[in-house]
Amino acid sequence: MIPIDLIQTTAETLMDKAAIEIPQDYLDGLKAAAATENGDLSSFVLQAMLENYEAAKEDRRAMCGDTGTPRWYVKMGNDTRIEGGPVALEAALRRATANRTNGVPLRPNRVHPLWRTDHDNNVGIGAPEIEYGYEPSPSGEWIDLITVHKGGLFGTDYRMLFPSDGIEGIKRFYLDSLVAFGKRGLACQPAIIGIGLGGCKDTCMVLGKRAACLRTVGDRNSDPKIAALEEELKELGNSIGMGAMGFVGKNMVIDAHVEVGYCHTGGMQMSVHAFCLSSRRAVARIYADGRVEHRTDPDWFTPYQRRETVEWQPEMEAAE
Amino acid sequence: MSPREIRLSTTPTAEDIAALRLGDVVYLDGLMYTAREGVYMRALETKANIPMELPSESAANFHCSPAASIRKDGSFDMGAVTATASFRFAKWLPEWMEKTGARLIIGKGGMSSRDYKRYFVPNGAVYLTTVGYGTGALLGRGVENVEAVHWHEELGLAQAMWVLRCNRMGPFIVASDLEGNCLFERENARISDRISQVYEGTRPATLRRFGETDDRNEELI
Repeated sequence: MIPIDLIQTTAETLMDKAAIEIPQDYLDGLKAAAATENGDLSSFVLQAMLENYEAAKEDRRAMCGDTGTPRWYVKMGNDTRIEGGPVALEAALRRATANRTNGVPLRPNRVHPLWRTDHDNNVGIGAPEIEYGYEPSPSGEWIDLITVHKGGLFGTDYRMLFPSDGIEGIKRFYLDSLVAFGKRGLACQPAIIGIGLGGCKDTCMVLGKRAACLRTVGDRNSDPKIAALEEELKELGNSIGMGAMGFVGKNMVIDAHVEVGYCHTGGMQMSVHAFCLSSRRAVARIYADGRVEHRTDPDWFTPYQRRETVEWQPEMEAAE
Repeated sequence: MSPREIRLSTTPTAEDIAALRLGDVVYLDGLMYTAREGVYMRALETKANIPMELPSESAANFHCSPAASIRKDGSFDMGAVTATASFRFAKWLPEWMEKTGARLIIGKGGMSSRDYKRYFVPNGAVYLTTVGYGTGALLGRGVENVEAVHWHEELGLAQAMWVLRCNRMGPFIVASDLEGNCLFERENARISDRISQVYEGTRPATLRRFGETDDRNEELI
């Protein structure tokens, strides 16, 4: 049984870490980008960002004043039980979100869409989102808490494509999204770009968002052809001639991640999601004996999450 | 070549503003206030009295909601500070400038050169953009003190009018000048020249979207 108090205190620590500490994989990616950047203004911007990450850590203040919309991804093993059950879990995550919005402080971004009511704590109807995943292994009782504080208004789009649109159509919509939201830097690039392909409209959006927020820089899809497409899209995005803030430059994309889901036979749904210059994510695994292990890789897309068959066949996956 | 660095008062003289060039890096000293849709609507549409002497106290309007909280004792905890996209406020800015004498509009992404020519230039104002746009921690360091928060009960913390005392707060980049030139449009034009090459080997979507043109008789297929 996972103690509920430990879930809440760990969740509070994760809220702080996500807002304040730039994940190492993204930082390494941005440093590599900064080393190649030769546009005067975009180069200045990247250097300022690198200084900003240091300032955030030194001062223990949020990296960015727009601290996004905090949400939770929760994953657990097949044997996991939570003290108080799933209702207690959700209450703990809502409390952690509210407490640390005031504690860090974060910007209380969440408001009612019509009445603009602001509880000043990032909690409200449907906020924070809590999404779940389950894993057949490792065995034993463990739970992963992942918080993502993604920025909100620009850099994300959806389009219904068809099989006849092909890779050429995918590239067009990808470029359209990057150029449209890259102008004036509205997408807060260079960023990790997530692309969802297939599923239904809603799951396509979910896949693209998870591809952007739950995979690390340098990670490649387990399907070699999709992995090659990821490389190609990264290269393509960095060939636009646009950099940070939409200034002349060569770095738009720190990495491109593609996730797929089976879709209607007539369609090829596509979504594009840009994470941002702060790429706020933090992860911890909690065990029943009270151990807590912090990391920054959500490790969400396991073979089990990408399974294709009716029955889960771990032996086949391992053999591939 | 590194950009030129300039320290500027938040109550700048006309000469100070005239000396700014597109792409200069600016650090600000003095009082700055945040105002975005909530403040504009309250001041301009419901005609509430603006609780500051403008522009004598400050001519710097920041499109921002800070990551901040008000402690139980009434003091403030100011964390990171980042701008929000300014183009959405074009509806209110001409009247706001006229009413408050704002000379520095600070935000994310700038406005169009048409906006600059129509009401920035006649008011002797320029636009400063934040950098990144994620340099919230650096900007937070530049806030020496939170002098006041107005209208937080009516508008919530994110939309309230925060009055910040700045000490070498920055960096910001000059994104418009007194001729109405726009830094972002200049950069867009440079990028557009070669963008068609990148699009080679792509194809437009089979199903178009209603609204991609203004012709309402058009079909999607």
